[in-house]
Amino acid sequence: MRCILLAAAAAVFLGGCADDGGGLAADSTGTVTVTVITKIQGIEYFNAAEVGARRAAEELGVELVFDGPTENKVDRQIEMIDGWITRGCDVLAVSPNDPVAIAPVLRKALAHGIHVITWDADAEPDAREFFVNQASIDAIGVALVDVMAELAGPSAKTAIVTGSMTAANQNAWMDAMRAYMPKAFPQMSIVDVKPSEEDQQLAFRVTQDLLKAYPELDGVFGITSVALPGAADAVRQAGKTGRVAVTGLSTPGTMREWVRDGTVGTFVLWNPVDLGYLTVYAGRMLVDGTLTPETTEIQAGELGTIEVCGDEVLLGPPMRFDASNIDEFDF
Amino acid sequence: MRGTALLPFRKELVLGALLALLSAVMWRFAPGFSKPSSLLGMTRYMAEVGLLALPMTAIIISGGIDLSSASIMGLCAVLLGVLWQGALLPVWAACTVAVAVGGLLGLSNGLVISRLGVPPLIATLATMAVFRGAALGISKANPVHGFPEGFFFIGQGQAAGLPFQVWILVPASVFAGLYLWRARGGRSVYAIGANEAAAAFSGIPVPRVKMLLYGASGLAGGLAAVVYVSRVSTAKADAGLDWELDVITAVVLGGASITGGTGRIAGTILALLIIQVLRTGMNLLALRSAWQLIAVGAILAASVLVDRLRLRGAAAG
Repeated sequence: MRCILLAAAAAVFLGGCADDGGGLAADSTGTVTVTVITKIQGIEYFNAAEVGARRAAEELGVELVFDGPTENKVDRQIEMIDGWITRGCDVLAVSPNDPVAIAPVLRKALAHGIHVITWDADAEPDAREFFVNQASIDAIGVALVDVMAELAGPSAKTAIVTGSMTAANQNAWMDAMRAYMPKAFPQMSIVDVKPSEEDQQLAFRVTQDLLKAYPELDGVFGITSVALPGAADAVRQAGKTGRVAVTGLSTPGTMREWVRDGTVGTFVLWNPVDLGYLTVYAGRMLVDGTLTPETTEIQAGELGTIEVCGDEVLLGPPMRFDASNIDEFDF
Repeated sequence: MRGTALLPFRKELVLGALLALLSAVMWRFAPGFSKPSSLLGMTRYMAEVGLLALPMTAIIISGGIDLSSASIMGLCAVLLGVLWQGALLPVWAACTVAVAVGGLLGLSNGLVISRLGVPPLIATLATMAVFRGAALGISKANPVHGFPEGFFFIGQGQAAGLPFQVWILVPASVFAGLYLWRARGGRSVYAIGANEAAAAFSGIPVPRVKMLLYGASGLAGGLAAVVYVSRVSTAKADAGLDWELDVITAVVLGGASITGGTGRIAGTILALLIIQVLRTGMNLLALRSAWQLIAVGAILAASVLVDRLRLRGAAAG
């Protein structure tokens, strides 16, 4: 069969040449190469992070690649990272869709001499050198619960719309919320948690279902940048603006219309532009040797002094956004 | 169809040439493509879609379609996780049960299609949703981690220098190819696709063949689930999510006509290789991942166009 012969010839041709081929590994030019991988492409949150990352790359003279898979699936990320291990780079900064599934390929990267850091969401601690965290997990959890108490009262029945059930950051925030809530507002409760997989349409439908399933619901948390607008849309379309409080984590650009019409009173975030900026700085400092396990603080360009706790580089406290400041930001 | 009568392997030759061309381009321009680890790594990534594409090829040749095999993969992945984690079964037993359940789910598709006469598109569209929904419901979208080290050998290990899944995919492909080429059941698949009524009248047990095909598709879903879970060390309901399109793309790119009657396993395998070479090469070229979707779509569109033109030329000439 000619076709099999042709394919076999191709395979032999491919397999037979064992030399290293192609310009490989970190540059002979000496430029530091940083590859930043997001959970998914095409979300405003990560687009904002890219703005900061590019600015940092320009300041530091670093060659930056900023990309993410077209779906928020960890196996696509694994494939991309494998490609980067082969191609070679100095730093790999990943926001993984699953902290356990991503660990083997990250360890492989470490074994190949690539510096590995996580940002935005963490992986297993032994698979990366540092985690660039947007804000302390507890601070985020506390801020979210406090805001809900202000908007819906201290005995609110709430539900959470999260991203994916495997994202380490989202799970950690929920754990922090669950730990803080009974201490600060013992009458407040979380009746349900639903994933929305970084899909605003899904968040919309999921929130609609929650509103139907729990008619006495007082508040909804949307804890990803696409879950919050989806949830707000559902509440508004159900005519429950004012009756059901909506808050969570998202970007000012996305949430402007919901804050203006009152569906969302206040929401929480940090500055993703700064997070992207800090990630590139941290990567560069790892390569230079300025960031080591003993470091307690670093100077990150225009961000100034940044705290380093153990293996976590902390951007700062979370920020609240509401009608009074939402127009000040362009992300 | 006249085209295939003229030069039986023309389609595969064109695919082979395209594969060689793409590989040469990537070899020259994509850094690290020629490294053995890259080339072997590609077989890892295509193994699961490959397993699903084998019975899909036969199903499409028969004039049917199976939109649910990727959902079966998701459900079997969840079952594997649940059976093992609940300490109900040792991991290998859980795998066997998962694969067996996949086969049963596939057979249920076959039953609805062959006995109840529901068109395959409708039937598998429904089961695609039902099975994925069941996977999400059973697992509540939670992942299962922490499988024993030995289990990861399937998806992450090597045997005789090749990734282990090659030792699954190659024999499966050879078996599927020989079956369609030589076995009576395999040849009857083509007959059914060309003219189902005529095939039935000539004594071919059409319902039984269909049950076999859809059952095999479900079995492949179960097997792909095991390989996938082993590769990413996680059993989660989103295993294989949206893969239906990737599988069908490979089969159609490989030369199978969506209306049935033509197609070959060899073509499907070549198509899978082409898609994987594109993906890996583009990763290594650091092209943004959105371009990969565009590239695969463009190749598929071009392939269909060339095919249409060739048929038109053959009919006119």
